[in-house]
Formats: sequence, C-alpha cells, structure tokens
Amino acid sequence: MNAKSLKVDFLARVEGEGGFRVKVKDHLVTEAKLNIFEPPRFFEAFLRGRSFTEAPDITARICGICPVAYQMSACQAAEDAFGAKPTGAIRELRRLLYCGEWIESHALHIYLLQAPDFLGYEDAIQMAKDHPDAVQRGLRLKKTGNAIMTLLGGREIHPINVRVGGFYKVPAKSQLRTLEDDLEWARDAAVQTTRWVSTFTFPDFQRDYEFVALRHPDEYPLNEGRLVSNKGLDIPISEYEQHFAEEHLQHSNALHSALQERAAYFVGPLARYNLNFDKLSPLSQEAAKQSGLGRECRNPFQGILVRAVETVYACDEALRIISSYDPPDCPAIEVTPRAGTGHGCTEAPRGILYHKYSFDERGLILLAKIVPPTSQNLRIIEEDLTEYVSTRLHLPNDRLQWQCEQAVRNYDPCISCATHLLRVRIERE
Amino acid sequence: MAPKRRAKLAVWKFASCDGCQLSLLDCEDALLAVAGAVEIANFPEASRAVVGGPYDISLVEGSITTPHDEERIHSIRRSSKILITIGACATSGGIQALRNFKNVQDFIPMVYAKPAYIQTLNKSTPITDHVFVDFQLRGCPINKYQLVEVLSAFLNGRKPATPSYGLCMECKQRGIVCVMVAQGTPCMGPVTQSGCGALCPAYSRGCYGCFGPKETTNTASLSAWWNQLGVSDPEIMRAFRSFNAWAEPFRKESEAHER
Repeated sequence: MNAKSLKVDFLARVEGEGGFRVKVKDHLVTEAKLNIFEPPRFFEAFLRGRSFTEAPDITARICGICPVAYQMSACQAAEDAFGAKPTGAIRELRRLLYCGEWIESHALHIYLLQAPDFLGYEDAIQMAKDHPDAVQRGLRLKKTGNAIMTLLGGREIHPINVRVGGFYKVPAKSQLRTLEDDLEWARDAAVQTTRWVSTFTFPDFQRDYEFVALRHPDEYPLNEGRLVSNKGLDIPISEYEQHFAEEHLQHSNALHSALQERAAYFVGPLARYNLNFDKLSPLSQEAAKQSGLGRECRNPFQGILVRAVETVYACDEALRIISSYDPPDCPAIEVTPRAGTGHGCTEAPRGILYHKYSFDERGLILLAKIVPPTSQNLRIIEEDLTEYVSTRLHLPNDRLQWQCEQAVRNYDPCISCATHLLRVRIERE
Repeated sequence: MAPKRRAKLAVWKFASCDGCQLSLLDCEDALLAVAGAVEIANFPEASRAVVGGPYDISLVEGSITTPHDEERIHSIRRSSKILITIGACATSGGIQALRNFKNVQDFIPMVYAKPAYIQTLNKSTPITDHVFVDFQLRGCPINKYQLVEVLSAFLNGRKPATPSYGLCMECKQRGIVCVMVAQGTPCMGPVTQSGCGALCPAYSRGCYGCFGPKETTNTASLSAWWNQLGVSDPEIMRAFRSFNAWAEPFRKESEAHER
C-alpha cells in the first residue's frame, strides 16, 4: 500500500477536545496535523476592564486540571507590575500549593491517562481489573496532591484562597502537619511508581529537541526563574515576547508557538528535567538513577518516567516546606496598583505558562496575553508524529494509530488550555 | 432472575475548562465503585473505548458556543434517557458568556491573528436554552460529593438531595462568623446557592458566586448593602458578571450597575 491516511477524530485520555491526521504518500509522511476543535473562549478579550484582583480566579477557569498554575502566573504578573514580591512563608506556601497540583496532575496522567497505553488497555478502569494495586496506588497518590490543594486552597479545582500578594488565610503549622503522614506514604508510592513505570517498554525514539524551562539558582523550578534552553537561550521572563512568537493556523483554535530564530521547542517535565537535574532532591535523583534514567533524556515516551521522578520531588519538597513552616505575620503582602506592565511565568505540570498584563493606574487590565504550555508544544507534537510514523509505516493502521495517539499523549496535552486540541488521522494516499 | 443491567453513563464536553468532568476522576475513593455501578460508555477524557448510545445517563459539561455544538447537543439529547448538566458553563453559560455583553466579533481579533479561521456564535448559552435538561448541578466547579449524590439518586430513582437554599444557610451551619457583618467584607453569599460548603467565608473571604443565584434572590438589596460598604457600581457590576454572569438574576443586577 503506497497511500494511506490515519485519522483519529477524537483523541481520548487528554484534557479537552481535538484529534489528529497524518497523511502518507509513497512511503512518505506528507502532513501531520493536530486539529483543535475545542471552542475558543476569548479569555484575553474579556479580561480587559477587569481588576487585577480578579485575574487569578478568572484565568484559573481556563483549565480545571492546572488552575493553580494560572493563579500563580497571574499573581506573579500583577505583582511584577506593581513592584510587590511576596517572600518567606508566603512564597513557600505558594510552592507547596503548586507541589499539590503537580502531584495530582502527574498521578492523573501517569496512572489514568498514559499507563493504559503502555500496558495495552483502553482505560485505567479496564487496567484496574488486572492491576488493582497499581491503580489504587495511583488514585491515592492523586488524592494526596488534592489534599494539599484542599487544605491550602479550599478545594482542588479552582482553589479560592489565592490572591495577588499571597493568600486570604494561611494555615497553622499544626494544620499543615496533618498532611505529613499521607505525604510520607506518597513519597514512597512515587518511588514505587518510578520502579513500576521503568518496567514498561519504551519505543526507541529520540530527537534533538530544544528544551525550554525555567531555571532558578537555588531550587527545582516551580514559581520562579529565568527562561533557559539547552541551545543557549537564557533570558529573564520579561523578554519572552522578544524570543517567542505565536502563530494562528487554519486547522487549530489554539495558537502555535515558536522560538523566533529556531522554530519548535519543547516544554514540560522532560524539559525541566534536562535543564534542572542538578536541582532535584537527592531522593528524586536516586529514583531517576534506579529507574535507568541518565541526567539527560531525549525520548518523549519516557516523559511518563520523568513525571514519576518529579512526583517524588514534589512529595519531598512538600514535606520539606511543611517541616520548616512558620506562619507569616500577614496572609498577604500589601499590593498597591499602578499603571504598568507585568510578566508572569511559572512551571505548570505541562510546562511553562506565560502571562502578561498591562494595567491602568487603578489596576484594571488594559491588555492580557496568556501562552499555555500545550500551545507551545503543538509544533513539537506534529514533528514527532511526522518522524514517528515515517519509520513505522509497515505497521497495520490500528496499531500505528494507537502508537500515534501515544506519541501525542506523551505531552499530556491540555486542549482546554491550548484554546483558551485533538483529531488523529493517518491518511495514506 | 437475570442480573440487573448496569446503567450506561456518558460524559460530554462543550466549551469549558474540563474541571467538572475531572471532578468525577477526583472521586478517588468512589471512582472504582462508580465504575462498578455503571458502564462508562463514553468518557473520552478517561477512555479510548466508546460504546454507542442510547445512554441511560448523560453528564454534560460546558456551554454552547459554536454552530457545530448547537447541533451536537440535540443528538446527545436524543440518545440520552436522562441528561444532567454539570457546572456553571452548562447551567448558565459560564465565564465565556461574558462575550454576551459585548460584540464577539470585536473579541476575535484580540486573541486570534486570522479571525476568518474562527467559527463562533455571538452568545455562550446554557444547555437548557437548547434542549430539555433533567437536572442541573451547579458550581464552578461542581462539588464532587454532590455529583456522586446526583448519580446515585438517578440510578436509584430518587430525587437528589442538593439544596437550592442560599450560601448563608451553609455558612451558619458551619458556624462561620459572617464576613460581611463582622469584617465588612463584601460577600455574595446572600444571593448565591449553597453547595460548596461556604468555602470562601471559611477562608476569611467574601463569596464570589460560583454556584450561581439561589432561589428567590434579592440582588438589589445586596447591592445596596455593598454600596454602604463602599463598593462602587462598576465593582458591583463586575461581581455579578463572572462565572454565572448569564444567569438571569445576576445578569439583570449587573446591568442595573452598568454605566
């Protein structure tokens, strides 16, 4: 067969709506496209005229899977514009809240969305029949992440306790300590997860990616850092727009991002890991080593393994924060609005999330720009599909299609975010 | 006697953030029990497997914002015995209904470079504007315990115990000191439906109306109180114009403060 098309109209086990299509002619892939039909919601438009105080709660609604990421980037951008910088315990509590979201989101992706691919099940519920202990472990791990968000944020989806400047109310040390037993269990479970995932068979697939992530001198990046890459990028987040551009393509309701001089780039756990291995805690470095990962990893299918390592880290970090916690004097620092522009960039579970706002002197939003991680990965995903299919054209369509789906799910694409993604079609002509 | 057939459950998504359907996966302790009690026939966020309709229960998340979705909701209704909307987008149009107060054609170029590629309706509307809905579960996001309650109620043929009284009732039940009376913090509790557990007041914050208007609201009275607390008209307008902006009592009150 010379010509062929593979298509998946509705990609499952991703957050949001999209599919992909791959066209093949004379043993060559002529086109690989992600179609995003998640409807546009126009956040950047209706944010205009809203107060800076509303941005964290409104932008959280872009994504139910990573609301904390939106809240953190929005707060950071407003604080940047108004010259306010929460430090000490408030900064640590934000990091703790973010650890909760990482644990929840990573456990969801590893156990419920991605592991079924590696073990050949349609979903985690089918998988639970043969692997009950693993699925139970995943659910409990997920629950531990949610417990952090519920305690600190009020609830796990769209937490209510985050504000520009800090929090509405901060917990007593004794309250945080109630999380310790579960987190200690979760840390062990995350180490077990790395061992379990390391037994999966990973397709032999590597590319020379440009990884982009935050980097901070003292810590594995969550809330803060400079934007760096393995190909020489090293900029403050305020220079984001000078280096990255978004493009609007006909087949997609999400904008595609590119590095202006070098095109496609890769954000997310694999990027963070490659650029910040030295900042992982000793236990998470050891878990990586035990599971066969080196200091560098260029196989996107092993992203699941890196997520597991990051889960170990997030549990470790959460425990560290809790043990050294002393409540701040005030739940939030004073923030006085002024006219100006601010930038925010934090590490959502799926990669860097950039916000920029211009405010008037009352703190009302004049302009908003939000670049979610998935729209930054769209080009890389399309390139991966092209290259992956090219070397596997001998496979029957149903197997190839499933493997393509897997190649997309490697990125844990969050389509709801990207439209603020996915049909798979492989067409052989 | 033959074993009772498990009910077929489908989950559908329209314009939304995915958070309400994630609530189902967030029922970590109950998830496998729910999955045992029903046949999950269509839930793309969780499974590749798709079983065709008809379905006993359809959960619908999200609002109608595109010409294609306007058609799709009718075919979902036709294949569903019971249709339950979950969350503020599906029951009131969601945050994306803020476009309803403006001209959406002006919005498109603010986000997209090539407006011609974008197909969208002028308004974001709740599911009830399009098809008959058997039950509406409120919240932005929904409360997962209420979701399990609604599912078990429909599976067992009884009425769900999800009160439509105001948030103040829940707040008093929790023994929280009123943030508006004691601290002068503007709070939407008096006009908002209960269901979240009075979270915001519990965190020393005023309610911001995620669960939409309660039964028989007196929004004008609340606005007068807010005025006395020094809240300006544009601020009152914005407070009513958020996640349930297109729910009628909130919409009308916001319009009363628009200049």
